[in-house]
Order: sequence, then C-alpha cells, then structure tokens
Amino acid sequence: MQYLLMIYTEEQAEAAIPADKMQSIMAGYGAFTQSVVNSGALVNSNRLRPVADATSVRVRDGKTLVTDGPFAETREALGGYYLIEARDLDEATAIAARIPSAVYGTIEVRPVWTM
Amino acid sequence: MLATLIRLTGSFDLAEEGLQDACAAAAVAWGARPPTHPRAWLIRVARNKVIDQLRRRTAFRAHHGALRVLAEIESQAGPDNDDEGLFGDDLLRLIFTCCHPGLGVEARVALTLRTVCGLTTAAVAAAFLVSEETMAQRLVRAKAKIRSAGIPYRTPDRELLSERVEGVLSVIYLIFTEAYAGDPRQSLAEEAIGLARRLNTLMPGLAPVEGLLALLLLQESRRSARIDIEGAAVLLEDQDRRLWDRARIAEGLALVDRALAAPGSPSSFAVQAAIAALHASAPSVQDTDWAQIVGLYGVLMRIHPSPVVALNLAAAVSMAFGPGPALALVDAIAAQGALADYHLLPAARAHMLRRLGRRTEALDAYRAALALARFDPDRRLIEREIGRLRSARTNL
Repeated sequence: MQYLLMIYTEEQAEAAIPADKMQSIMAGYGAFTQSVVNSGALVNSNRLRPVADATSVRVRDGKTLVTDGPFAETREALGGYYLIEARDLDEATAIAARIPSAVYGTIEVRPVWTM
Repeated sequence: MLATLIRLTGSFDLAEEGLQDACAAAAVAWGARPPTHPRAWLIRVARNKVIDQLRRRTAFRAHHGALRVLAEIESQAGPDNDDEGLFGDDLLRLIFTCCHPGLGVEARVALTLRTVCGLTTAAVAAAFLVSEETMAQRLVRAKAKIRSAGIPYRTPDRELLSERVEGVLSVIYLIFTEAYAGDPRQSLAEEAIGLARRLNTLMPGLAPVEGLLALLLLQESRRSARIDIEGAAVLLEDQDRRLWDRARIAEGLALVDRALAAPGSPSSFAVQAAIAALHASAPSVQDTDWAQIVGLYGVLMRIHPSPVVALNLAAAVSMAFGPGPALALVDAIAAQGALADYHLLPAARAHMLRRLGRRTEALDAYRAALALARFDPDRRLIEREIGRLRSARTNL
C-alpha cells in the first residue's frame, strides 16, 4: 500500500531552532531519506518552501480566485512529504516515527487511494 | 471462531456472514450427532460459503480486487481440529486489531464489544445511550478505516507490544467504568472482567494485565454494597463490608501481589489495584491503612497524574491527616478548573467542610454537588446529606 507522510511543523518555532541543532536535524533527514531509499520504501519525497511562498487557487461560479497564502491559516504548516510503499499501517507509522521532525511536529499518515 | 474466520477471509463482514450461514447449516446437518471437532467444521463450512459468495460476485465481472481476495482465501486452509492454541492466537489478533490506536477511542470500544464480546449492535448502542443507527454507522466506519488505512490483522511486534497492550487495557477499563457509573449497565462490568481474564489467559505473566484484572475484580467486589435499599449511593467508608464479594477479593488480592512483584516501575493499574486491595483487606474504615493509601496515590500522581487522581489523593489525606490540609489540596485542584463538571469535587469539599464544623459552607458545597450529579443514587445521597446538615442546625 502507498502512504503519503505529510510533515507538519510550526514554522516560527522551527526558525527559532539554533543553527547547530538544525544542522543535526538536517543530517538526520539525510540519513532517514537514505534509509528509506535503501529499503525500497521510498516512492518520492520533497521539502516544500514555506507557507509565505504559498498561493491558493479556487474556482467558484466560473471565476478563478487566486490568493496569497495557504488554504488555511493554521499553527502548523505542511513543510514536506514522503510518499512511501509499506505493507500496512504499522509499518507506515514506524517509518513516520523516524522522520526527524516527528519529535517536535506532527506527521500525518494518509493512505493513497488504490484504483 | 469469528476471529479465525476474519484471519482467513481478511474481512470482518465476510467472516460474520459466513459464520451465520455455517451456523444455519449446522442446525440442519448436525441433527443428533455433532462432529468431533464442531468449531473446525463450522469454520470449514463458513470458509466455503464465503468462497462461493465471492465466486458468484466475480462470475459476471472480473473485479481484480475480489479475485485477489478469493485467491488468498483459497490458499489458506482452515484448522483441522478444535485447537485451543490456534483459536487463542486468532482471538488475540482480533483484540489488538479492534483496539488499534489508528481507530478512535469510541470506535475501539464499540468494535471490541461487538466482535470480541459478541454483543448485538442494539446492545452496544444501549450501553452508550446512542441510537442503534448511530452505533451501526460507527461500526461501519471503523471497519472501513481498518480496510482503507491498512490496519493489519496481527498481534503487534515485540517493540510495540507493551504500548499496544496498554491500549487494550484502557479500552477494557473504559468498558468497565461506563458500567460502573449507572446500574442499568451492570452487565458491561462483567464483559470487561471477561475480557481482562481472556487477555490474562492468552498473555500470562504481564504485570499491567494482572493489575487491571485485579483492579476490576476488587472494584466489582463492592457492587452489592454500593447502593442502599432506598436507592442512594453509599460511600466506601459507610459500606457494609459483609456484602463485599470475598471470592472476588481473594482472586484480586492474589493478582495484585503478582502485578506488584514484577520488576521495573509498577503500571498505573497495578497501583490503583494496590489501593483497592488495602480497602478490600481492611476490616473497617478505621482499621484502613490510610497513610499507605496516601503514599500510593502519590506514586500514582507520578506515573499517571490527573486531576481526578489528585482529588482521590486529597480524600485519602483527609482520612489520614485530617480535613484541614485536605481542603487546601481540594481548593487548589478546583482553582485549576479541570473538574468544573465533576460532582465529586464539591462533594469532597462539602464532606471536609462538614468535618471542620463549617456548616454553611458545607451546605453550599453539597448544593453545588447536587447541581452536577447526573445519576439518581448520587443525588439521593447528597440530598440526604443536605437534609442531615439542615436538621442538625435546627437541633441546636
């Protein structure tokens, strides 16, 4: 089964993390990504630019509305994702728990619709 | 048997239908002589009926999904005989799946009562004061989540086992406490005890499981003494201890010893059971080791802090060291606001104020408790206390 692991963190809190700590988090991401590549679980992954760079699009009554910002102003924002292949939910959550941001943010694990 | 069929067919609904059909077939085929291994027979027939069903569904349209399910079922043979070990393993799988953290708490409780305990949807609905329609929907959504999110039908791996066991125990305790609150749902307490027993049999020697079973037995042992002939609740300290179930107490006490003897820090259920054990083995209120109970609540506050635990600690302090210091503790808890709707908080204050001779404040506190009390037995007790206090004043 495929699962999308969505990484949610508080951008302000993250920006306040001291440089050396952030370096070790980045190194952690490198190691984690390598491990899911090696295990064959990784399908795709990306880090997203911050919500300040987000643009929202809605089409209502034939009119396209483009607005600055994410779809909703929430405390935690989507910062990146990993699309993985896993046997079941337990395996997917075990992988999600190893994502470095899991210790200060939230990882949402959503199954991908199988056709 | 349902648990085994769920494993073989990979579906709660298919398993349930298959089992129903097999039971109907058994009613006809067994006559005077049931087979040597009746459960294996039922499973074999149920499995075949599920296969027939799926074949019919895929006969006209090749659904890849259905064909895959069919192939999987056909590749797994059912049991040849009634092997207790195998049925036990399947039951454990079912329990852990129903209590999986990926399901919401209400869903876990409903699914466990329906599929593990075998209660009808109507009975589960009645136990939680919702309509049958609502409960049916809750069950449908829970099973859908298991399918869609890929919740596995497995006993958890070793690394996850202790936290998953805790999850199962809290579901069982929720089932028990929902019954504890009001008499009409007394039967749920027995379901909870049955579940805890089965878990203890299937996974023997786990201290948290022994602790929970001990706690349930010891709390349930007091049932007959909890409500008096006028239908009013009776506080622990006023209960007629001759009405306590001594057999349950004996079983509970033995389990507490085992649960506390295990190495490492004790589980919260074991500590709560130890407190219940001190009450159960005391011949009277006065002969109860209240100081040790205070100590145990202190331990509980460290491993599982909560405002309710803090309140119970204060009540124990009142018995061990007097109402003065206890009142200060209760006022501190009240100030935090977490127990604003909990009638036992003003009731505890009232009790302490009365012991301190502060009658007017005690009456106010009892009235506040009455406003919050949801169940008749509690209301009657508080009304009686109010009556007693008021008549005591006029007797000056």
